[in-house]
Formats: sequence, C-alpha cells, structure tokens
Amino acid sequence: MFSNLRRKYDFTDYILWLIGATLLIAIIYGSFVTLSSGKYTTEQWLNFVIFGLAQGGIYALIALGYTMVYGILGMINFAHGEFFMFGTFGAFFVAEALASSGFLESNPLLSIIVMLMAAMIVSATVAVLSERIAYRPLRRAPRLVPLITAIGVSYFLQYTARGFFGSGVEAFPNVPALAGVVQLGPITMQRSQIAVFAATGILLFLLWFIVSKTKVGRAIRSVAEDKDAAALMGVNVDRTIALTFALGGIMAGAAGVMYGLVFRQVAFYMGFVPGLKAFTAAVLGGIGNLAGAVMGGLILGVIESVGPSLFLEGIGIPSPHQLKDGIAFTVLVLILIFRPSGILGERLSKRA
Amino acid sequence: MRTRTLLLFSVLVLFALAFAACAAPPATAPVADAPAAATEAASEAPAADAAASTDAAAGCTDALGCVEIAAGDPIRIGYALVVAGPNAALGEDSARGIEIAVDDLGGELLGHPIEIVGEDTGCSPEGGQAAATKLASDPTIVAVIGTSCSSEARVGAPILSEAGLSMVSPSNTAPDLTDPEKRTPGYFRTAHNDLVQGAVAAEFAFNNLGLTKAATVHDGSLYAVGLATAFADAFKALGGEIVSEQAVNVGDTDMRPVLTTIAAAGPEIIYYPIFTSEAGFITAQSKEVPGLENVKLMAADGSFSQDFVNAAGEAALGMYLSSPDFSAFGDAYQGFLAAHEAKYGEPPLSAFHAHAYDAANVIAAAVQAVAIQDGDTLIIPKGALRDAIAATSGFQGLTGTITCGESGDCADPKIAVYEVTDISAWNPNVTSPMKVYP
Repeated sequence: MFSNLRRKYDFTDYILWLIGATLLIAIIYGSFVTLSSGKYTTEQWLNFVIFGLAQGGIYALIALGYTMVYGILGMINFAHGEFFMFGTFGAFFVAEALASSGFLESNPLLSIIVMLMAAMIVSATVAVLSERIAYRPLRRAPRLVPLITAIGVSYFLQYTARGFFGSGVEAFPNVPALAGVVQLGPITMQRSQIAVFAATGILLFLLWFIVSKTKVGRAIRSVAEDKDAAALMGVNVDRTIALTFALGGIMAGAAGVMYGLVFRQVAFYMGFVPGLKAFTAAVLGGIGNLAGAVMGGLILGVIESVGPSLFLEGIGIPSPHQLKDGIAFTVLVLILIFRPSGILGERLSKRA
Repeated sequence: MRTRTLLLFSVLVLFALAFAACAAPPATAPVADAPAAATEAASEAPAADAAASTDAAAGCTDALGCVEIAAGDPIRIGYALVVAGPNAALGEDSARGIEIAVDDLGGELLGHPIEIVGEDTGCSPEGGQAAATKLASDPTIVAVIGTSCSSEARVGAPILSEAGLSMVSPSNTAPDLTDPEKRTPGYFRTAHNDLVQGAVAAEFAFNNLGLTKAATVHDGSLYAVGLATAFADAFKALGGEIVSEQAVNVGDTDMRPVLTTIAAAGPEIIYYPIFTSEAGFITAQSKEVPGLENVKLMAADGSFSQDFVNAAGEAALGMYLSSPDFSAFGDAYQGFLAAHEAKYGEPPLSAFHAHAYDAANVIAAAVQAVAIQDGDTLIIPKGALRDAIAATSGFQGLTGTITCGESGDCADPKIAVYEVTDISAWNPNVTSPMKVYP
C-alpha cells in the first residue's frame, strides 16, 4: 500500500482522473436535473430500484461462481454463463413436466424446490465435468491457456445446447402462485421478485456458512491461500477445486431457476450476456471476494435499472434505456479508475 | 503502472468505438452510390445488350457479366435468410415459400434443375454481410432471394450489387432500403414498405380503438427504427400524440425499467415493432409494471409467429399484431396453403411465405425472359436479368399484382391488424391471430 503512495503520479493518472471527474460531474448534473423535473413519482423510483435488485440478485448468484473460481485458481472461467444456461434448461424440462401434470399448480413451493434441485444438479455436473476434462489438465499451464480454454468450453457448451434443444426460444412455464403483486406499504412487488430475494438470501447465507464455518470451507480457503501448502497439510486439492466448481455451479443453477421464473424465456444463447454482466459484477465488487460479488451484482443491477432514467434523461438524451449497458460499463470504468481492485477487492485472491 | 496504462488505453478505445458507431451510418451512403453509376450505364440499353449477346453467340457482352450453365447443370439461386436463432421462424417461413415455388415450377427452369443455395443471416448486419459475401463469391449464383431483416440488407445489398447480382427480398420492409437516395442497384422486394404498415397500424389505433396517446419502442435495427418512426408520423398526422419514444437493445431481458419510463408518460397504446425475443419480454413484463395494466399492446410483422407468442406467454392474449393481410391475397393463396400443409404438416410459421413464393417466381420469370441458349450452354446475363426484374409489371402473384419499376418496391401492399386470440394454436385467420382491421 505505502509503496503505491510513494510512486509519483504520471500523465496516465491525470488523464484517467480527468475522465473520471468529467463522468462524475455529468452523472451528478444529470441526476440533479432529472430529480428536480419531477417526472417520476417516488413509487416509480422505488420500482426502478426493486426491478434492479431482482436482476442484480441473479447477477450476484452467477458472479459468485466467477469469483470463487478466480479466488481458488486465479482463472476467469468464461464458461460460467453456460453452466447457468444448462441449469435453466434443467429447470425448464422439470417445470414443463410438473406443469403438464398439474403438480406445479397444486404444490408450487415443492415444485420450485424440485426445479431448484434439478437445475443445481445439472449446473454442478456440467461445472465439475468442465473442470475435470478441460481445466484440470491445464492446472500448471501459463495463465492465458486456461482462459482461452474457458472461452472454447463456453462455445462448446453453447452449441451443444443448441444441438440438443434447438435454436428457438422456449417459454418457461408460468407458476400461478408467483403471479400477481404484493403491496408492502408504498412498495408494489411482484411475487416472483419476492421469491428471488428470498431464495437469493437463503442461498447466500448457506454459501457463507459452508465457506466460513465448515471443514470443507476451511479446505477451500486454504487452497485459495496456497495450493502447495494446503496439499502438505493433507488437503485434497483436486477434490477441493472440483467442489468449488460444484458450489459455483449450484449457485448458477439457482440463478437459472430465478431467471426462468422472472423472465420466462429459455434459449441456448441466454448464458452469454448474463455471464458477461456477472463477470463485470465480480470485477466491480473486487474479484475473489464473495461479499464483493454479491455487492457488485446488486449495484450493477440497480445501476442498469435506475441509471438510464436518472443520469441520462436530465441531460436530454432520447431513448435512454438503450444505453443502459453503456452506463453500467461507464460506472465500472469509474470504479476501476478510483479503486483498481474493485469495491471490496483489497485482499485480492486471498480468500474464496 | 502497466495496468493503469492499459486501463487508459481501453477507456480511449471505448470512446473511439462509441464515436465510430455514431459515425457509421452516413458512411454507408457513398458506398451505395458507387455501383449505382456503374449499373445505370449498364442499363442504358438493356434490350440491345441482350440482343447483341444472342447475335454474337460467342459469349457474354453484358456489363455485369453472365452466368453460364452447361447442359444438365442446375440453375443456382441463392437465399440469404435468417433460418437459425430466435428469429428462425421468419426466415424458415420464407425458405418454405421458396421451396413450394420451386415445386410449382416443376423443380426446373428452361430444362435445367433449380438448386437453392441457402445462407443464414442471423437477423444482424454482421450476418447479412457474411451471407452476402459468401453468395457474391460464388460465380454460379444467378440471383438471390433475401434478406429477411432490413438491417441485413443495408450491408448485404451493396455486396451483392457489386457482384452484379440482383436480389429480391421477401421480408425487408424498412422504408430506408428503397429510398431513392439510398437504394442499391439490383435491390428489389416483394414485401410491403413500412410507410404503409406504419400508417395502417396508426389508423387502427387512432380510428378504431379511439386512442390518442401512443408510445413506441424500437431496438435500434433498421426495421424497427423505420417502422416505429412511420407509425409515429402517421399517428401524429391523424391528430394523436406520441408521448414516449424509447429504445431497447437486442439481447436485453429486463424491460421493466424502460416500461416504467413509458408508464410515467401515460400512453394508451404501446407499439413495439421489434423481434421475437425482446418483444416477448416487453409483452410479458408489461403486465407487471404499475400503470400499464390496461394499456393496449401492438407489435408488428417481425414478431408475427408462434415463437413470439411462446416467448410472451399468456400476456400476449388480446394484443395486436400488424402484418400482411392474408385474406386480401388472391384465390391462389388457398392452393398455396394446401401445398404448405401437405409438405410441412403445419400452417405457415410467419408472415412472408407468400412474398417469398412471389420473389422466387419473379426471378424465375426474369430468368426465362433473358436467358440465351448458346449451343448446349445456357447463358444468363446478369445486367439484363436485373433490368428484367425491374421491368416486371402486372405479374399476378399470391400477394397481389407485382410491378417493380426503378424504386425496387414491387409489392402490392395490403396490411391488416390481427388480434392474438389463442396462445397455443397459431394459424392466422383460422384459430389465432384473427384479423380485426380493416
């Protein structure tokens, strides 16, 4: 830390700060004008935030997989979005069967649990197989090799899914119990969104519990710290890494079910964009840090939802929602200018 | 230190890309002009050209070159359609129209079998460019049927035009493509121009539904921007008000924020002429945004398929779709439907099968008109073929009377508005959607 401070600032830093300051001023000015115009009611602002949190929860669940794998192996697993896609397909087929038998309508809670189990098993299986077949042989290879392999795995999985399930868009069955809204004081919430919040919260707690309180979690943390030392202490490194992939897959599978319930579309290419966004979220929060991934996901979701209306309408940009990805990535650039290792990324790759 | 320089570099590249993207559209105009001059020169004396090549008998005198087909070799016609991905129904539907047209021609033309060479276009400019480049590089291709989406044609048409090929699109509807300033030589379409579709949709909303406040959503594609603008212009001309003009990205999934912005403007109807996946998300999620519960929804021919209704789910029930008016097609259309049912065992997938059938027949008729038999070899002069397509007049197609001319707009546009009345049984005007206007 201190050696950083002693370093003299150079030309690059000044330009970056200048860009950062300009963007920041534009954001603040835009927000001020929009807020003072009174175009949206408080209720609508709250809706923007809730929609953003629901989307962000899904990003967070996927981001956890990125960040855990990065924490333990130091590699970016670009195929992670595809684990999510396979999980959604797993849930989709189970949901179809449950819907056609009428079980979905009579036992919604049990059905969702079955869907979650199916998606988690499918995603975790795909994740573990990918690790075993594509990544493990490359464990000692230079860092670029597994990265490129991950991109290859991503395409392989995507087009395998296309071969199996076709290139069209399938509609995820509607869960009647999750249709409709719930009024919480001034806030109107979709039942499906409440389900996403609840499930995300429970899963995050379970993951936190596993990683920080159990023996398995201690093994994961020790391998993340130092693989060789952990091996000397009797930790089975291969099994621990496979387990990390499985945990990431489980989270991705859960995200797949959430996605299916909220967006109700399934397609072979659906993993790509959420995967990219979740990776962004992981970097935003500080890659390698679990809490950072969750925070990054939620922040990204909310910025995408609130940002276009708040920042851009005031400056007078027409059709602002088309630029939501631009806003999300601008915020990413801003955060990386001021905090190069992400929001919570100080202890980079020190823990899973 | 290295990483920060890298970060600065990436930021600058990002800005450069953003500016390049903004500057791109005007840059395409001169590209379209260049071949225009060349072909105008070529088309000065088309009849004379054709006659000359007959006399010469020694080969090709056509300025755009010829396709020579040896005895027994097939006449190869290309198609550039979206036959994979979320919008596959759009292109697959057209491809089936072409196949039935080939069947009805007996599978052959002038004693040569007809071979259809297909390329997928993906409904994106990049896909259109790739498909056009591939077809243009094949010297045995006589003409091209396509593309499906207008944005594909914007980049694909100049490439095919440069190669001397003519193309007839069954489903490009963007007004921009036949704008005299921007049209590429050799570009024709049997699909309607969206100035017509936008006007019919606006009349329906204003006159029939009695609505005065509308919102539009496009996805940045040539088709969606063109149709949303055409609708907005017509709606305003009728006396209505466009309260919100929004845009989404292809690939977006969470439409609730943009719908909240629309809800704040208080429209009575939302017109979103975009494609299957995004239109599906808008339809499904509109029911979940406070303030939009009772707002009418209308999409257009880009989403006219069971795939769209599947993607939208129950929320699609009762919404409207503007599309070609099948009930105004000639009697021959019933025969086509029977042939389609017999060949594929289901009703047409989307809106442009009949337009594709007509496109194939227009090309076949033009080939018959200009082909020259030179000994055993059949010579098809490409420039003369282009002129022959342009000279198509009073051609009786399934979709009406087709007359091309220099504008490239060959269609006899008939547009209707349909209502989705059943989300599981797609069969226009039989089960769902049902025509409600005019």
